[in-house]
Amino acid sequence: MKNFKYITLMALGLIACEPELENSIEDAGFYSAGTADFSRFVSVGNSLTAGYADGTVYLEGQKYSYPNILADKFSHVGGGLFTQPLVNDNLGGLTLGGNPIPGFDTRLVLTGDPLGPENLSGTPATEVSNILAGPFSNVGVPGAKSFHLLSNSYGNISGVPAATANPYFVRMASSPSATMLGDAVAQNPTFFSLWIGNNDILSFATSGGVGVDQTGNPDPATYGSNDITDPMVFHGTYDALLSGLTANGAKGVVMNLPSVTSIPYFTTVPYAPLSPADPNFGPQIPTLNGIFSQLNGVYAFLGAPERSIVFSQTSASPVVIFDENLADLSTDITATFLGNPAFVPFVQSLGLPGAAAPLVANLLGTTYGQSRQATANDLLVLPSSSIIGTVNLDVAAALELQGLPAAMAAQFATEGVTLPLEDKWVLTAIETNMVATAQTAYNNSIDMLASANNDVVLIDVKAAMEQLANGGLSSSGVTITDDYATGGGFSLDGVHPTARGYAFIANIILERINEEFNATIPVTNTGNYPTAYIN
Amino acid sequence: MKKLLSFVLFFLVGSSLYAGGYRVSIQGQKQLAMGHTGVAVISSAESVFFNPASISFLDGKMNFSLGASGIIGETRYENKAYGIAENTDNPLGTPFNLYATYKANDWLSFGLGVYTPYGSSVEWEKDWAGSHLVNDISLKAIFVQPTVALKISEHFSVGGGAIYANGSVEFNKNLNRNLTDINGNRTNVTIEEKGISAWGYTFGIMLKPIEKLNIGFNYRSKLNMVVEGGAADFENVPNSLPGDFSDTTFDAELPMPAEITMGLSYEFCEKFLFAFDYNFTKWSQYENLTVTFNNSAGISSNPRNYKDAETFRLGLQYKAFDKITLRTGIYFDESPVQDGYFAPETPRNDSVGYTGGLSYKINDKLSIDASFLYLHFDEIENSYDHYQENGQNVPFSGTYKSTVFSPGLGLSYRL
Repeated sequence: MKNFKYITLMALGLIACEPELENSIEDAGFYSAGTADFSRFVSVGNSLTAGYADGTVYLEGQKYSYPNILADKFSHVGGGLFTQPLVNDNLGGLTLGGNPIPGFDTRLVLTGDPLGPENLSGTPATEVSNILAGPFSNVGVPGAKSFHLLSNSYGNISGVPAATANPYFVRMASSPSATMLGDAVAQNPTFFSLWIGNNDILSFATSGGVGVDQTGNPDPATYGSNDITDPMVFHGTYDALLSGLTANGAKGVVMNLPSVTSIPYFTTVPYAPLSPADPNFGPQIPTLNGIFSQLNGVYAFLGAPERSIVFSQTSASPVVIFDENLADLSTDITATFLGNPAFVPFVQSLGLPGAAAPLVANLLGTTYGQSRQATANDLLVLPSSSIIGTVNLDVAAALELQGLPAAMAAQFATEGVTLPLEDKWVLTAIETNMVATAQTAYNNSIDMLASANNDVVLIDVKAAMEQLANGGLSSSGVTITDDYATGGGFSLDGVHPTARGYAFIANIILERINEEFNATIPVTNTGNYPTAYIN
Repeated sequence: MKKLLSFVLFFLVGSSLYAGGYRVSIQGQKQLAMGHTGVAVISSAESVFFNPASISFLDGKMNFSLGASGIIGETRYENKAYGIAENTDNPLGTPFNLYATYKANDWLSFGLGVYTPYGSSVEWEKDWAGSHLVNDISLKAIFVQPTVALKISEHFSVGGGAIYANGSVEFNKNLNRNLTDINGNRTNVTIEEKGISAWGYTFGIMLKPIEKLNIGFNYRSKLNMVVEGGAADFENVPNSLPGDFSDTTFDAELPMPAEITMGLSYEFCEKFLFAFDYNFTKWSQYENLTVTFNNSAGISSNPRNYKDAETFRLGLQYKAFDKITLRTGIYFDESPVQDGYFAPETPRNDSVGYTGGLSYKINDKLSIDASFLYLHFDEIENSYDHYQENGQNVPFSGTYKSTVFSPGLGLSYRL
């Protein structure tokens, strides 16, 4: 009998060993979904929805996509399984028929000493023709513009080589003629997120404004990949997207568009990077200024003295850029040089025969006909950092062909110094304005269409991103800023957030959901999320 | 890019090696059953630990006790703001003890004790929310204590002995909250050392002023466990991480603090024995855990700032039958961990221990001793505020609830 009591006591003790809190977060009703229903959450958008980072889609990035972070938190309030079209590895990149698709590079990581960004080496293992069985809750397709979400050719593999289809959508589309919106709506979502429109301006901006502002052109089929989408097209598309997603009564959140020009891709490379302390540049300044003084005289003569090129001996100078919005003075410059009797001696002073004068005058005219030094309002794109100050070998070869000695050809083919930076490296003030105008129009549409529907909540990501550039965002003991690589907010492509950046975005969304839908969903600990990866 | 250096070099801070408050009070089945009282109890060879002086008064020429317990402990952690819930998956703890006494003559007795007063095994899920503080930790220490006691008179004895401790530690944590290799494997470090030795001593006084009343006093000195050149194994370190984070050695030290125990026992109604112990442990000797790595990880300084702690113990023994003795007890154990220093490798707040047990006399010489302990911890909301990243304190907070249950079995033999 005594033994029995002892055993009973022991058993009671063992049961009591399982520690339980009085109010556990796992108790039913601890957290509330409020007026929302997260049982089928579908997220629609572009790279920002896909979890794209460091220039590609890779597994770790997908794990930290903002909708995946949200879904993890939604699981506390009845959220169901959230599926994503996972890629094969952490290398990134895509292949089609076994061949890497140009423009879909592997992932950027920090490497070397000192640390710098570099693409991982290796052959991508994610084959686009390997179509995944869906449906996928994450309908985020990197590169998608607003109108692509309604396109029934966007997931057709035959369009990949000509870039009329998107390989990321091809591998996850329910059929070759599926639309992104259709695949999202077919899942009968109870809650959705929509973040689209970024690429409608971003590709124009990241390409340095080489595209066309299509404002006024209602036919997206005629757009080039780097064009700005007509705000009317955007409005109509967005209306259709919201109507589709809310058709069955789903509630959701929509994100507005941050300023593309507040991201490190445009703010990292200074407009005046040419330092006199640079041993490759400083000693050449007197010679360069001597040559450019001749050109500056011509600019003055032609009534365009603001285009003068002068390199400072004491402080860093702006790069020389090509500006398509300047009047083309090529022939005037050439003619002015040739009409000046001092020009032939000048040519001779360069070590060239006098007979080369027409050639040199022509070169100066064509090279500097639409050029100027950059100002603080010109934004140099991130990749320009690797070419500024280097010799453009193609241009140098061409100059040699025209008869310049090799050394001189190289001297006149130095990017940003003697060779004006091409359009694609610079987003000029005028181009920046075009982007900002379209962005404002898109955001007005998003605001208007979202506020017309009580079940849709607008998340002001734009304001949050501005905060990044203005002191940063802080939570859980970490602060992220817009500083490239070190700021913690942006991944190494300079455009897309890091995992931590996405976690901050998820928290902003969760806080708004809690407010607007009367929910009590936990947020995420941003300090636990990775920033730039070091190889 | 050089700026990156600063953000990667600052990460190796804030953590802990050992479970500080993890003094395991299971040093004898009989006494554990009585709330782990015993400084003034004269009953068995277990006194070698509880008060070396009292072995002078044991019956018989020789006494032996041996025993072992299984510690089944588990801690739950929840963080409401982030929706995190975790349970430890601790391996079974197995404290044991072995005591022998020998009465050389009427006034001189010898004793030997082997026991495990410190130990801790806490295992959280790898890479859990607090993995920058601890993933898992295992601390073991065996104490060996040769003892001598002198009976000064029928009312008074003294005793004491040297203590030799031999311990080991294994501890794994992630280097910080977010560093990984490019595949997302968290960068972590394991430090490990075996055969760490230390010396200390104990002495006790036993007074028997009147019949049936015993008064005891015991002092145990601090033992300093010093590790020099232990193995530090760094895993998943990015190749290009500035600095040297290759496997290396580490130095560290951990005090096992001094403690004073005093108490009394009183026999009444023939069959009953009441015991009371008051224990004061000088935990304030544990101020900071400093681990010095011999690579770029450098010195990791982890404030512990323990406070001195008291324990109050009550025990009762009842000789119910000729062959069966029943025991029970209760104790209040104050935690040395202060608010804001509550780290998940020592999730230990104040606790109340409920104990019970019995001895079954097989014959005049041999008896079986059984005990159990249930340690109750209140749910507590607390945090460790002294983990640093980039020079900034990053608190780790949440609600903790622990339970410990420990059944034990032993044998006593008297010659």
